[in-house]
Amino acid sequence: MSVAKRIIPCLDVDKGRVVKGINFVDIVDAGDPVEIAKKYDKEGADEITFLDITASYEGRDNILGVVEQVANEVFIPLTVGGGVKSFSDVRDLLSAGADKVTINTAAVANPDLINEVTDKIGRQCIVVAVDIKKSIEQYNVFTHGGRHKTQLDAVNWCLECQARGAGEILLTSMDKDGTKEGFDNEILCEISNKLSIPVIASGGAGSLQDLYDAISLGKADAVLAASIFHFGEYSISQAKDFLRDKGVFVR
Amino acid sequence: MKNITVIDYGMSNLHSVIKSFQKVSNKKYKVCVATTNEDLEKASMIVLPGQGAAKSCMQKITNNFPRLHEHILNKPFFGICLGFQILFEKSYEDNGVDCLSIIKGSVNDFSKKISQDLKVPHMGWNKVEQKKDHTIWSNIPRTSFFYFVHSYYASAESKEDISSTTTYDIDFTSSVIKDNIFACQFHPEKSSKYGLQLISNFITWSESLK
Repeated sequence: MSVAKRIIPCLDVDKGRVVKGINFVDIVDAGDPVEIAKKYDKEGADEITFLDITASYEGRDNILGVVEQVANEVFIPLTVGGGVKSFSDVRDLLSAGADKVTINTAAVANPDLINEVTDKIGRQCIVVAVDIKKSIEQYNVFTHGGRHKTQLDAVNWCLECQARGAGEILLTSMDKDGTKEGFDNEILCEISNKLSIPVIASGGAGSLQDLYDAISLGKADAVLAASIFHFGEYSISQAKDFLRDKGVFVR
Repeated sequence: MKNITVIDYGMSNLHSVIKSFQKVSNKKYKVCVATTNEDLEKASMIVLPGQGAAKSCMQKITNNFPRLHEHILNKPFFGICLGFQILFEKSYEDNGVDCLSIIKGSVNDFSKKISQDLKVPHMGWNKVEQKKDHTIWSNIPRTSFFYFVHSYYASAESKEDISSTTTYDIDFTSSVIKDNIFACQFHPEKSSKYGLQLISNFITWSESLK
C-alpha cells in the first residue's frame, strides 16, 4: 500500500489576491487566499499550493503575509513558490508557515540551490517546478513564468533535479495549461516512470476524467488544478469520489 | 494561566505546531516555546515536535534540556515525528543513536525493508489504524488519514504501548500511548480536522491526568 494520491488546488497569487492565468497571460480575479484555502481544506484538499505568479518581476513581500495568514488558519501542508531566488527566500517562506517551497527559474539559473536546501533543511521541503513546452525534437524547459525558453530537455532536467536532492517535481505543460483539454499524459508518464520522487501533474485539467487520466495514464502521484475548482465546476470532494469509484487510493 | 510548552531545539518549524495548539486550546492555555531547561519547569504539558536527524536531535536535547527525560515521565507529553522516534531505545539512523528508552523498541530504515517501488521518505496521507479505545481517539474514525513525512519507522515491542499502526508495505507503529505520554509519527498539525481533534483530545486527556 502506498500513500494516497493527492489532489492539490493551486492558488495563483498576485499582490495577495488569488488569480488564475490562462496560458500565463490572461488573468481573472478569483478571491481571498485565506477563505479559499479554508474552503478547500473543508472539502478535503490534500495540500494547497500557492504560486506567486508575478514575483519574478515585482516585489514579493505580499506572499509572506499570505502564507502566514493561511498557516494560522489551515492545517494541511502548504506549498509556496514563485520568485524564490535564494536559500534565504526558502527559509523565510518556511518560517512563515510553508511546508514546502517550489523553485523554478532559480533552480535553472543556479542548480546548486537545490543541493543547498536539501543539505540544510531536508529533501521533503523542496519542489522543483518545471514548465515545459513541446518542440519538434524534445520538451523544452521554460523559466520566468513561461517567458524564457531554455535549451534544457525536460526529462534530463527532471533527472538532474532528483539527483541534486529535489523532493518532488511539479510538472506543468504550457501547451495544456489553461486549455482544459487534459494533462499531457505522455510526457508525464515518461517522467514519472524515470523518477523515483513524486511527480505532480499540472496544466490542462478540465474534467474529473482528466484528473483520473493523469494518475492512471500519466502515473502522477498528485494532480494540481486551479480553475476547475475555483469557479465551482467541481468540488474537491466530487473529485475524490470520482477517483475513489475508479479504484484510486485517495483520502 | 496554564502553559502548553513547545520545545524548540532549533531543528523544526514550530509555526504550525504552535498555531494548531493555540487554535484548539481556545485561549484556555498559553502556548509557549521552551529553549532552556528552566522553561520546562513551568509547563503544564510538553510538546516535542521535530524534523531532521535523530543524532543531532538527541545531542541538542541532551545539551539544552538535561532534565527532559524526567519531565517526560512526570508531565503530560505529546511527541511528534522525531519527538516520537526518540522515545524508543535506539534509532538506526546515522549508524545508530541511543535514544531515551521510554518505549521499548527501535527505529529502522524504511529503504532497507520496503519494496523498491515505494518512495522514501514516506510522505503524504496514509491510514492510521487505532489499536486502543482511548480518549485520545475520541471523535476520530477508527481508521483515518493523517499526514506523514519520514524515512525511518518505529516498531514498538510491547503491544501495550501501541496506540495505532500504519501500513507502508510493512506495518509500523504510528503512535504510542503510555502513562502520561502520547506520541505519533504523523503530523497532527498538518492533518486537517482529525489532526486538530487529536490535539484537542490530548488536552482533554491531560486535564484528566491531574
